[in-house]
Amino acid sequence: MCGNEALAEAAIIAGVDAYFGYPITPQNEISAYMSRRMPEEGRVFVQSESELAAINMVFGASATGKRAMTTSSSPGISLMQEGISYLAGAELPSVIVNVMRGGPGLGNIAPSQGDYFQATRGGGHGDYRTIVFGPSTVQELVDCMSLAFDLADQYRMSVVVLADGILGQMMEPIVFNKKPRRSLPPKDWALTGAKERPQNIVRSLWLPEGSLEKHNYKLQAKYEQIQKDEVLCEQYEVDDAEIVVIAYGVAARIVRSAVNKARKEGIKAGWIRPITLWPFPSEQIAKAADELRILLVVEMSLGQMIEDVKLAVAGKVPVVFYGRPGGGVPTVDQTLQRIKQFTIPTKRQEE
Amino acid sequence: MKTVFARTPTLKDCPTHYCPGCGHGIAHRLIAETIDELDIHGRTIGIAPVGCAVLAYNYLDVDMVEVAHGRAPAVATGMKRTNPDKIIFSYQGDGDLAAIGTGEIIHAAHRGEQITVIFINNAVFGMTGGQMAPTTMLGQVTATTQQGRDAINEGYPLQVSELLALLPGAIYVERCALSSPAQIRKAKKAIKHAFELQVSGAQGLSLVELLSSCPVYWRMTPVKAMEWIEKEMTKVFPLGQLKNVTCAP
Repeated sequence: MCGNEALAEAAIIAGVDAYFGYPITPQNEISAYMSRRMPEEGRVFVQSESELAAINMVFGASATGKRAMTTSSSPGISLMQEGISYLAGAELPSVIVNVMRGGPGLGNIAPSQGDYFQATRGGGHGDYRTIVFGPSTVQELVDCMSLAFDLADQYRMSVVVLADGILGQMMEPIVFNKKPRRSLPPKDWALTGAKERPQNIVRSLWLPEGSLEKHNYKLQAKYEQIQKDEVLCEQYEVDDAEIVVIAYGVAARIVRSAVNKARKEGIKAGWIRPITLWPFPSEQIAKAADELRILLVVEMSLGQMIEDVKLAVAGKVPVVFYGRPGGGVPTVDQTLQRIKQFTIPTKRQEE
Repeated sequence: MKTVFARTPTLKDCPTHYCPGCGHGIAHRLIAETIDELDIHGRTIGIAPVGCAVLAYNYLDVDMVEVAHGRAPAVATGMKRTNPDKIIFSYQGDGDLAAIGTGEIIHAAHRGEQITVIFINNAVFGMTGGQMAPTTMLGQVTATTQQGRDAINEGYPLQVSELLALLPGAIYVERCALSSPAQIRKAKKAIKHAFELQVSGAQGLSLVELLSSCPVYWRMTPVKAMEWIEKEMTKVFPLGQLKNVTCAP
């Protein structure tokens, strides 16, 4: 089972009621899998006429209180941004998987991490956020699906799972965990027919003076809560490290190998791996910057997450970068070379 | 005393924001009456467009959602597929349905979604200040066709209902006008039929196009506007059933 199929099955286990999607490489295994499995489960599968339609179908299903999802790859996600903004405004839950490919434009179909800005900054118009996961293994991809649906329902917002072409295509052994669910608030806002209750309205338009400002503050309070409660990140050998490498997703796997090699060569290296890209583990990274050390950010882009790292450390320590765009994947040796380049050779020789 | 006419419960007891002589209020009432007559109030979900009717939920007392410009048929698809027992209708203007949302309405009809679409054609963009719509008449002066719509530059009025009627997934398409009591009664009958089809579980999309007045942006009195619908608009947008497969011979 490849990553794409695994995440699809994980969504089914998580209780997704409806899947809507439009074909785009490198995530086509998802819709093919869903077209078979969703009807088997008596649930809804629709191949939409566009990504615009897909995200609005998600909007419709979600407005009635159903768990709905869509998946796509970079150019398709761009098309969905209008809908994602409306979902944010209307406070509707949704799960959106982006199996990233190279860009800008049609780009290519190779793996990339070029959509970090788009995912973590909201992406569409207006003052909003989405929760963003950056899993680095197929198992983690599977595990974050049920959490994504729970978080979407708990906070009434979109959760983006930022995978890439490698993760989507690769096969790894996995276990489908049926972890205990969060206890979630009732969807008393959902459109289910105004029977024996007053009319429910789902909307994002706030015309009277001050009403939108109030709505924005309400959303902001939710986002602050999430930043406090929902950060996920992993770290390794940071305490004594003179260089800490920060990477997410598939890039973090390469970094792990490079750091292990560096340690074998006597370089005091460690790594931090954000699992949630928004909320970003700023505190953990700021803590790493309490000691004088170098932070090396490695991405499959020309530097997007590095901006969050720099914001987190606020100039306290040097933050350097290595990345490759457009389908280029940093190798372990290239990464190791950068680790060596940015550590102080004399210090190492003395030891 | 005998009551011969009363506000139907699904139409809220409040003034609307619509301009004098606008057709939206009439269309809202016909939909509300239909919902009450069919006794589907507790299981109906309405979709408000971007346009003058964006606040339709202030007047129609059913569960309602406000959606992105033109995307109502996709939203309706998501709703109906996950809630086959609910009655889903979208209420869309000509900018919403015939310009930015052309793709969504064609494909919802093409898939034969079991939804009901009320399409308000007033030949102009109302909310944004009277710009040309795809349905604007040739020669019609609008904010963006100040010399009158010219086919060379702006193309011809778009007859979306005729296009949709070609699709097997559209089972009922009728064009009516909100221009006189007689025409309004016909419109009511059409709207009711469109909803009845969905209630009966008929396999396909039902759509009623309503030629509706916009006296402000037509630069006419309400009375002249009603005349203009009947004399001018119906030449390009002829009234009547374009499709009714349930009645086909």
